Parts: sequence; C-alpha cells; structure tokens
Amino acid sequence: MKNRNEALDSYWRIGEPMVWISATALALTLLSAATLLIVIMVNGLGVFWPSDIEKVHLKDRPPVFGQLIRTEENAEKTGLRRQYKIANRDLYGLDFRWIDESQIDETQRPADLIVLERVEHGDFYGRLKTMTGPHTETSAVDLAGLNSALEKTTVELDQLSELEDKLSDASYRLEQLRLKQLKLDYDNAPVDTAAQSQLQRDKAELDREFGALITLQTRRLAEVRKAKAIFVDAAGQEKEISLVDIFQAYAPNTMSTGDKVVFYLHKLAELFIGEPRESNTEGGLFPAIFGTVMLIFVMSLFSFPLGVIAAIYLREYAKEGVVVRIVRIAVNNLAGIPSIVYGIFGLGFFVYGIGHGIDMLFFPERTPTPTFGTGGLLWASLTLALLTVPVVIVSTEEALGAIPREMREGSYALGATKFQTLYRVLLPMTSPGIMTGLILAMARAAGEVAPLMITGVVKLAPALPIDGNFPFLHLDRKFMHLGFHIYDIGFQSPNVEAAKPMVFVTTLLLVLIVLLMSSVAIGLRNRMKKRYTFGTF
Amino acid sequence: MTDYKPANPVLEVQDLRFYYGDSRAIHGVDITFPEKQVTALIGPSGCGKSTLLRCFNRMNDLIDISRVEGKVLLDGQNIYDKSTDIIELRRQVGMVFQKSNPFPKSIYENVIYGLRIAGEKDKALFDERVETSLRGAALWDEVKDRLHDSALGLSGGQMQRLCIARAIAVNPKVILMDEPCSALDPKSTARVEELIGELRKNFTIIIVTHNMQQAARVSDNTAFLFEGNLIEYGPTDQLFVKPQNKQTEDYITGRFG
Repeated sequence: MKNRNEALDSYWRIGEPMVWISATALALTLLSAATLLIVIMVNGLGVFWPSDIEKVHLKDRPPVFGQLIRTEENAEKTGLRRQYKIANRDLYGLDFRWIDESQIDETQRPADLIVLERVEHGDFYGRLKTMTGPHTETSAVDLAGLNSALEKTTVELDQLSELEDKLSDASYRLEQLRLKQLKLDYDNAPVDTAAQSQLQRDKAELDREFGALITLQTRRLAEVRKAKAIFVDAAGQEKEISLVDIFQAYAPNTMSTGDKVVFYLHKLAELFIGEPRESNTEGGLFPAIFGTVMLIFVMSLFSFPLGVIAAIYLREYAKEGVVVRIVRIAVNNLAGIPSIVYGIFGLGFFVYGIGHGIDMLFFPERTPTPTFGTGGLLWASLTLALLTVPVVIVSTEEALGAIPREMREGSYALGATKFQTLYRVLLPMTSPGIMTGLILAMARAAGEVAPLMITGVVKLAPALPIDGNFPFLHLDRKFMHLGFHIYDIGFQSPNVEAAKPMVFVTTLLLVLIVLLMSSVAIGLRNRMKKRYTFGTF
Repeated sequence: MTDYKPANPVLEVQDLRFYYGDSRAIHGVDITFPEKQVTALIGPSGCGKSTLLRCFNRMNDLIDISRVEGKVLLDGQNIYDKSTDIIELRRQVGMVFQKSNPFPKSIYENVIYGLRIAGEKDKALFDERVETSLRGAALWDEVKDRLHDSALGLSGGQMQRLCIARAIAVNPKVILMDEPCSALDPKSTARVEELIGELRKNFTIIIVTHNMQQAARVSDNTAFLFEGNLIEYGPTDQLFVKPQNKQTEDYITGRFG
C-alpha cells in the first residue's frame, strides 16, 4: 500500500499529467490548423484539374454531358446520387445537377467532347458542329481546326487591344482636359483668354480623335465577331457562339495525364497574372493580389516607423509614472478594439475629414465629385496602420526593455549620449524584436476585411494603383483585395455554386501570400538575430 | 590610517556622501588616488565600493533617485560642478564592467566606438587605434585576422579584454574596473591581471574586487570599505601584512565578509 502511495506521490511531483495536458493542447492546436489548411488545399488545388467529361445516358430523360463532382447518399437513403457539373448556363440556367444513380443507364467518355471556357455564361460542354465566318473556311471541323481559328481571332483581338489602349489613353487625356476646364471655370478666368481657347481647340481635336477611334474599333470588332461556331449539347440543342467569346477550348477526354498537368500549370499561371472574368468567379486574381500586397506594404510604411518611434519615446524618454502607465494600458487595449470600429474611424477621420479637406484645398473645382474624399488605398492603409501600430509599439517596447543594463552603461561610460546609445547600440539590438512586431502586424493586416470595406475596397477596380500615367502611384484609387474577394464571390455572387472553387483558391492564395511575406520577414529577423544578439531574445 | 596621502594625486575625493533616495550609502569618504598606480577597493558585499567607483565617472547619474554631496576632484577640477561636461568626463574616466558588454558590432567597431561617437572620422586613426588598443589589451594576436567579425563570437575572457581595449582606445586618464574578473575562469583571470600590471604603466587604475588575493597581487594601494565608510587606506603590502585597524584585520584574515 505504501509503495503505491509513493508511486502516486512521485507521479504528481514529477508532473506527469502536466506533460500530457500540454502535449495534448499543442496537438489539438496543430491539428485544427492543419485541418483548416488541408481542407483549403484539397478544395482549392483541384479546381483547375481538367477532369474528363462524361456523357450520361438517363433512363427516361435526354442524356447530358457533365463532369462528375462528387457522389453521396441520396435524400431517401435508398441509394447513391451524383453531382455533375453540366455547365451551359445560358441553356439550362444551372451549372450543377444532381442525378440519382438509379436513373443512370450508362456513362461514356466520347473523345469529341469539347470544353469551352467562355468570356460570358461560364463553361460550355458540347460537340462542335460547324464553323462560319472569317478564318474558319480553311479549318477542319474538329478541335484542332477550332483552335487554329481561335488563334487567328486572338491575333486580331490583340490588334484591337492596341486600339483599346489608344482609346483609354485618349479618354484619360479627355478627363484631364475636363478637369483643367473645371479649374479654369472655377478660377473665373474670362472665356476669351488664350488658355480657354487653346483648351477648346485641344478638346475638339481630342474629341475628333476619340470619335474616329471609336468608329474604327466598333467596325473592327463587328468584323471579328463574324467568326462563329455552332455547338450541340447532349440533347441535340444547338448553340451559336462567336469565336471572340471563347477564351479557350480543349477536349479533356483525349488529354493524357501529362497534357493535363501542363494545362493545370497554365491555369495556375493565369490565376496569378490574369484579370478576373465573369463577376470575379473565373479568370485570374492579379488585381486582388496586387492590391493586397500593396496595401500591406503601404500599411507597413506607416505603422513601422510610427510604432517604433512611439515605443522609443515611451520606454526611453518618458518619465515612468501614472501617465505613462495609462498610455501603456491604452496602447495594449487598442489592439482589442473590433476592427470595424477602426474602419468607421478611418471613414470618418481619414476619408471625410482629411480626404475632404484635401479636396476642398487642392481640388475645389471638382466638387462635389470627390478625389481624395472617398475611400482609397491610402486611407485603407492608414486605417490598417492605426490598427496594427499597437502591436509594433508593444513588441518594440518589450525588446527595448529586454536589453541588459550593462549595454547602456557600457555605451554611456564611453561618453555616448542617450541618443547615440539609442541608435548605435539599442536599436540594432532591438531590431529582431521590432521585426517580430512587424510580422505580427502584417499578418493581422493581411487578414482584415471589415475595415477595408468602408475605406476603399471594391469588388472590381477599373485600374491598378500603379500605372503609366503621371504620377504613376495613385494612392487615391480604389483597389481589390483577396480577403474581400473571398467574401464577395463566396457570399455576394449570383452563382454561389459556380464561385465556390474560386473561394477556396482565393483563400489558399491569401494564406500563401501571408506565409510568403512572413517568411521573408522571419528570414530577415533571423539574420539580425545572429548579428545583434547573444541568442537570448 | 585613512589619512594616507600618496604623491601625484589624479583623483581626490573629499567628504563624499551618496544617497539612494533618503538612505545614505556612503558616509563621507576622503581618499586620494595616485597617478599611474593600481588602487584596489575591497570590502564585503554591500559596503559601497561599487557605488563609490561609479561616483568617479558619474555613472550614478543614471539612477533617478540618487544624490551626491561632497567633491570629486579630477586634476583639481570638481566633476560634480554644474559646468562639468559629463560626456568629456566619461571620456577621461573609462570603465570596465563586471559583466563583459561588447556591443553587437564587429571587433573593430567596438574598439573605435568611443572615437566614433566623439565625431572622429579619420580612417587611418581608426586603424592605428584599433591596433594599439588591442595590443594594449593583449588581444591583438588572437583577433587580428578577424577584426571585422562580430565581437559576440569571442570567448568570455576575450570579450572582457575587448572591453578593456575599448576603454583605452579613447586614451582616458583613469580606468575604473568593477570586479572585472568575477565572471571569468582562473586562466582568463590570470591574463586580465597580467594585463592590469601592463596597463598601470600608462593609466591610473581603480579596481573593485571581492578577491583579496587579487587585490594583493595587482594593486599598489588598497582601500578597505565597510558599511559606507572608508576604514583603512594604505600601500597594499602594508595593509595586508600589518593592518592598523581591527576590522580590516578581521576581513583580510577571513573572519567575516
């Protein structure tokens, strides 16, 4: 009996249960994080895989073409049912269809089934029947013929896009002229001045140029649109599609695994560099990726120096006392305010306050149309900077506090002033700690959506914040963001089922971007750590 | 024998009292430090020897609640005068700490730190000072091939000698050493002691130590402090062989402390 008591005693004294509890806690945390990542990856990575198209013969209804998505037990629990992506939204109204297995006679994978990625209405599954119009006469009526015709149309479209560039350039210059005119009118310049008449002449010239371009573009486009192809679906219904509207055509049933891998990689590349199509549910994510990275970057530019400098004052110069303690508590609590509150503050203070002020001061002629007095990248970045600055302050302060007293004394003893000590010894030593703060701040900023929604994010931005027009960096512009993209296509899209894969892909991408940026920052921090500390941080 | 007045004084302390807030830690000390000699301050823990040492380069100014009364004359000039430039004072009175504290920079940058912050930019002077200081601190041969490596990669004893090199690079009059060997192994301690013997040719050294053998080995004069009072001060050989005071005798024979 005594032995058992002793054993139990030592069991508790050594703390065996604590080991188990802490290990379990860690395992649970890791497990949930891993599950989340795996779910995202499984759903996200499979999106672009070109699965085979089946022709499904049904017992008492016409056959359909479809891509098998999943199989599960039916509602009556009498058997299995399959979900097919049947595409052809303009014909059927739905992209997906559930079919009970008891209804299915047989499935085939005919080699001549073609998948069309279209500019509008999503994918089309069907067979090619005939082609008409320019570029199609010499082509055979099969996939290779279709693709060669498509290629020729693409060349023409590229030429057209040059025209479009000219058009957008002209419209930009027109806009500039309009603003100039507004400014002149506002300044009450007499109508007969040289500037006014010069402006009028310029405008007339540009208008002529613009008109000519428009006419040319319309004519060319009509010409290109004449190239058409007729496709039939499984039930024999015909559909005429202009080649211009076809983005890509392929026959998954004839592709080898190698072909599919190449195709898959192409689609991935398009995701990174392409523009979104079909109210964001298809195509690339480039504007959103660019907007997200840009936002985090501009945010860091504000929050990093502000936080570090504030922390230096708080720790090094402010006299320790009640006020400093209250400030410190306030800073710590700032991190706990719901982010939407920051968003509202950003809207009220930055957008309506400062932005409107800038408009009144520099662009009074444009009112009531706002220039800075509306949401934009700058205001969203500032709002996020405000949100993340407490993190930077706290970590910088902690890093400063962790420096051993001997370091300061050693510097003072050599005749250094407080400032010299600070920037020659203390700041290099705190840099890893500061970097930690910045990493946390960036990760937090990347995940925020709520404050952005009212300070400048849009579902589709007409232009990137950086372009070739002076002053090249347009921080007043609205922008796209991956986090908002997830919300938008996942919950605001008219066709949620079709958008679902994109939600996963976007999530995966956002996670990847955060991971990438933190890795870079962590790498930097580790280098600093090696250089500036004894390894005791 | 507290009225011992060695010749060639560099640093004279007159009736120095030091307060932490309301409590007095040093109760009026008068002591004179001779030029180019090593003076050891010994005494039990908490007797005020480190505090006294830190009064000589006004390191105690960093403590908000501290207060000093009395005079410390460096070359006849009271360093507690309002007109004293603390930066200049600390350049003349260097200090080596108990825990070695090289900066997170290269060995080279550590040595020239004092020069750099004084606004010096002459590269040739830097090179020359680095070599003389490192030679002076008996470190040159060990590090001459890696001057631009981080100082944090040195061993404990090397780091402490680097701190000494850093202190002598600005050519101070006086070097204060606050238990410089307490964190070192016996071999490194021996090297630093040997170094102190060399340094006394050019510098006035005041060293605080817990180790009475060390005081006996390295110093010319020894002062014994107890509870904030200077109990006895005299040439080291006299003080250790024939202490005048009962407390001193008790301490050096190991009866307390």
